[in-house]
Amino acid sequence: MTHSVEAKTSKLRELEAIKWIGGTLVLLGLWIVVYRQLVPFSHWVVSLFPVERESHLGEAIAFFAYDTPKVLLLLTLIVFAMGVVRSFFSPEKTRVMLAGRAEGVSNIAAAGLGTLTPFCSCSAVPLFIGFVGAGIPLGVTFSFLIAAPMVNEVAVGLLFALVGWKVALTYLAFGLSVAIVGGFVIGRLNLEDWLEPWVRDIRAGAVELPDEQLTIVDRIKAGVEAVKDIVGRVWIWILAGIAAGALIHGYVPADLMARVMGADTWWSVPAAVLLGIPMYTNAAGVIPIVEALIAKGAGLGTTLAFMMSVIALSLPEMIILRKVLSMKLILVFIGVVGTGILVVGFLFNALFH
Amino acid sequence: MKEVKILGQGCKRCEAAVAMVKAEADKVGVEVAIEKVTDYAAIAQYGIASTPGIVIDGKVVHAGGLPKAEALAGWLKE
Repeated sequence: MTHSVEAKTSKLRELEAIKWIGGTLVLLGLWIVVYRQLVPFSHWVVSLFPVERESHLGEAIAFFAYDTPKVLLLLTLIVFAMGVVRSFFSPEKTRVMLAGRAEGVSNIAAAGLGTLTPFCSCSAVPLFIGFVGAGIPLGVTFSFLIAAPMVNEVAVGLLFALVGWKVALTYLAFGLSVAIVGGFVIGRLNLEDWLEPWVRDIRAGAVELPDEQLTIVDRIKAGVEAVKDIVGRVWIWILAGIAAGALIHGYVPADLMARVMGADTWWSVPAAVLLGIPMYTNAAGVIPIVEALIAKGAGLGTTLAFMMSVIALSLPEMIILRKVLSMKLILVFIGVVGTGILVVGFLFNALFH
Repeated sequence: MKEVKILGQGCKRCEAAVAMVKAEADKVGVEVAIEKVTDYAAIAQYGIASTPGIVIDGKVVHAGGLPKAEALAGWLKE
């Protein structure tokens, strides 16, 4: 390549970088402007319907008209930001960081990295065998696999925006604790024999990948891709969740809620965990429900136990994992994680009384 | 002739990776034989932890998501 061609391509690159970074900033500004119009927008929508604002239906419509654009806007921003952050991480790099550490420490690292590493439940199986096959202990792999779906940016970010930072931080802390302790306990039980036989035999080691040099533009593009992928996939769950939240908000009487899901009703926590297992929705779908439940006086511990159970103990993921785990191991997994969630639920109800 | 293997099962990106390899190979004028590897045990042998994985002439060059187009073109021309 001659000098002049090289200079020309670097000039082109610079122009492209300016275009992308400038575009991102403009969109960010636009985002703020739109976000500030949400309250007048929801009032305007309700005024289109021939109902009283204070009626049940009016309350439900207002909740829906305000929450839908709000959640979608917040989700887009959060997913974009995390898409950029995640371009610095990959399961392969995470695996290298986890290899050869003491077990307790690596459980903590695995849970933390689980929240940052790009992960989709469709690649749970390759990830599992990729970790175990490279010699990462089973318990550490589980710490990662529990944290990755449960403590993700969608769950924590939306809790932060809709319910408040205290709840979001406590969810983050307790979610990580469940992943760390749950993985540690599973590791202590020495259940390697309960893997499917073909998984146990894999000793592939870890492949070394050529390092791809990513520029700022590449990382912005990764954020845009994440938005297209995740928001494109979960918006339907969000609408369903907000509709359910709107019904709760408009129609469920607060005293009934306090009686059934209140902090004083001890059995509400196990009931919430059991109810959550067969339910399957994305974190984004369950948070509008959480928001409405808390507003109606449901116990915080009960509500969060429900949320964790829905996200972390989902039936479809069990079915995927059944390819690599024996039924016994899946039951242990449900038992350990379920117990962790129970403890969190009771603790929360006792703390935030 | 390059032998390209796309490792992955049931992920949307896996199909996208196949299409991308075809398109890039056409663009740089390299003939490729693409094989899809969907068996989990076979995928595991390559030592990756995320799909889709891309293997060119027996060497794993990429795992997880889609690579940059220029990077892929570079591997194909190597």
